[in-house]
Amino acid sequence: MAEGHYDQSVSNGSIPHPRDHTPTARPHPTPIQSQSQSQAQAPVIRKKLASWVGFSNLPNQVHRRAMRRGFHFVTMVVGESGLGKSTLINTLFETKLYGPKSVPQPGQDRGKTVQIESTSAEIEENGVRLKLTVVDTPGFGDFVNNDESWKPIVDNIEARFDAYLEQENRVNRSKLVDNRVHACIYFIQPTGHALKPIDVEFMRRLHTKVNLIPVIAKSDTLTEEEVVLFKQRILADIAHHGIQIFQPPQYENEDEETIQENEEIISKVPFAVVGSDSLVNSQDGRQVRGRAYPWGTIEVDNEAHCDFVKLRQMLVRTHMEELREHTNEILYENYRTEKLRAMGVMQDETVFKETNPAVKQAEERAMHEAKLAKMEAEMKMVFQQKVQEKEQKLKQSEEELYSRHREMKEALEKQRLELEDKKRRIESGRPLTPEKGTKKRFGIGK
Amino acid sequence: MATSMVSQPEEITAGSYVGFDIHRPPSTLYRPVSLRSIATPLTSLIPSAITRQIEFKLVKRGFQFNVMVVGQTGLGKSTLINTLFASHLVESKGRTEPEVAPRATTEIHPQSHVIVENGVKLRLNIIDTPGYGDQINNDGCWDPIVKYIKDQHSAYLRKELTAMRDRFIPDTRIHCCLFFINPTGHTLKPIDIVVLKKLAEVVNVVPVIAKADSLTLEEREVFKQRVMSEMLHNQIRLYPFDSEDNDEEELQLNERIREMLPFAVVGSERTVVIDGKPVRGRKNRWGVINCEDERHCEFVYLRNFLTRTHLQDLIETTAQIHYETFRSKQLLALKESSAKAQQASQA
Repeated sequence: MAEGHYDQSVSNGSIPHPRDHTPTARPHPTPIQSQSQSQAQAPVIRKKLASWVGFSNLPNQVHRRAMRRGFHFVTMVVGESGLGKSTLINTLFETKLYGPKSVPQPGQDRGKTVQIESTSAEIEENGVRLKLTVVDTPGFGDFVNNDESWKPIVDNIEARFDAYLEQENRVNRSKLVDNRVHACIYFIQPTGHALKPIDVEFMRRLHTKVNLIPVIAKSDTLTEEEVVLFKQRILADIAHHGIQIFQPPQYENEDEETIQENEEIISKVPFAVVGSDSLVNSQDGRQVRGRAYPWGTIEVDNEAHCDFVKLRQMLVRTHMEELREHTNEILYENYRTEKLRAMGVMQDETVFKETNPAVKQAEERAMHEAKLAKMEAEMKMVFQQKVQEKEQKLKQSEEELYSRHREMKEALEKQRLELEDKKRRIESGRPLTPEKGTKKRFGIGK
Repeated sequence: MATSMVSQPEEITAGSYVGFDIHRPPSTLYRPVSLRSIATPLTSLIPSAITRQIEFKLVKRGFQFNVMVVGQTGLGKSTLINTLFASHLVESKGRTEPEVAPRATTEIHPQSHVIVENGVKLRLNIIDTPGYGDQINNDGCWDPIVKYIKDQHSAYLRKELTAMRDRFIPDTRIHCCLFFINPTGHTLKPIDIVVLKKLAEVVNVVPVIAKADSLTLEEREVFKQRVMSEMLHNQIRLYPFDSEDNDEEELQLNERIREMLPFAVVGSERTVVIDGKPVRGRKNRWGVINCEDERHCEFVYLRNFLTRTHLQDLIETTAQIHYETFRSKQLLALKESSAKAQQASQA
């Protein structure tokens, strides 16, 4: 029952937190014996300040440092060709990162595998520099046979993890470049039914390696009711297959507005987006980013028309840092653990536990005995296996003998029959070869 | 292979005017006929009593039209068929429940209906192909389709060749195949090219750009040009074909149709009210699409093409070109195989 020691008395007039384990005579509930408590150095005491210290300026310091360094964000876009990926990226960041697509000419070779193409741009807004990298995956889902089309993509993501892992293990770690993919925007074709097999398969392979953000591409072909139904079906499919898409996390100590914003964003997943990097005239004469049809104009920035604003909010304005954190702390860590474990690096648990020699000896003895028992069992198994094999071999050779015997018997029988036949023929005086006349009968009847 | 049709499908009346009753015989004596099988340049001069008699017989028998729809899931095939014939004929075969597994191969689902309009009976056979192009590996997903088409030709040939054949052989051969193209805006996908090549050899193919409301007018033009140049490059023969016995008017009509290919269509079974009139269309927050408005989409052209102007020609081209090609190939093969068997038995 290690209570730990208190290195600060409570006599300076501060009001202790009700959950503190204070040594005063005041009756207090017995402290809960938790594993962490016995391992922690000291329990946390919350104190109230008497006057202003000044560490509330810390976020500003972090801010200044971040501004100096600049930010780096890597996003990947995946989807069949023609779903508007490049247009959406241009629309999101208001910059023509991708020029007009070069369409393959008739007869031009379109390649056999998914390519990975990475484009970078440095954009600045209000003194904040953002290095944006977009990883495009042309060829995904475009071939007749799309088996393993996710493999180049998974390999690329893992290669980036590996590069970062290798950087971490270097002697000089001052220049850490984070090229890991922070978000993957997956474009779903607006069929209106449900997810296609290739969508499901891709998401299943990637949801543990990258933050998946599914979006419904070219959603201006769907009416409102169709969009709602489609989103429901997609979410049902995702839940059915156990796919984890990126969920904006909720924290308790956030203000009302942020919580509500978060809820709104979550309710619109997957986002039904429309992209446009050109200006058109809207119905009331304004110049807006949108698409002009004979029956009306859809505005990209209008929340009532599509979910583009929400996607931009989540991706750029509110959750970019969340995405990076999630990538760094959870996805990357999981990958690292798996990889190191696979390489045979064992986690030495004894670093954390306090050693008790007697217990340790007993443990060691038990382990040793268990090992011996295991070896014995293994040897027994090997012995049994060998016996079985030998039996099988013997059986096989026995069968072979039998079959050979049978064959020879049959051959003999055949020869005997032939000889008898010849004998009969010779006795009846007929020629040995059949006549030509019998053949004609087959031809006429046909 | 499902060649069995419902023996007596109940007759339905279309929800709105479709227009195939144009094949009804004219009421006056000297009006030129629209049936091209007996249409010679002299028809407008001689009394059309003879042609009227023939027409009467044909109309009494009713028309048989078999159409197949081919395209990936979610492109609006069933909706377009229902819009074309203004009645709810086909159900969408899309997967909506997560527990239902997606189809593993292309399936063939034929359905029979009889539509009556102004005394003209149209027996419609609609063959849906769910599962086409939906799997991850789509190699060979066109095989069931091509096989089905050839099976229909083969069944007809067999009925023709029997000694005691029926007076009127039921025609299950596919007269028209509507091929749905994904409105990507770029160009044809590799699978589209492969399948179009295979289909154009055995059936009349009419390409259609599905869900055309996702393309602006400029994008539509560019897309059409790219698609047609792709088809030209791959030597895909699209319907309508020009033959020697087409007159000037028909050649012009065919040329106009060819310029419009592929038709950019929008289908809808729901009605919206535009200017006080109920029309079939789609309503969004930013506008209302009218399926029957030529400025919005080319549905009207497709419908007129299929039901009013080229219905009979599609049936004839199937019989005269595709079926004859199949027939000659089959009979040659039969003769060869019997000659070979004879040789083998004589050896």
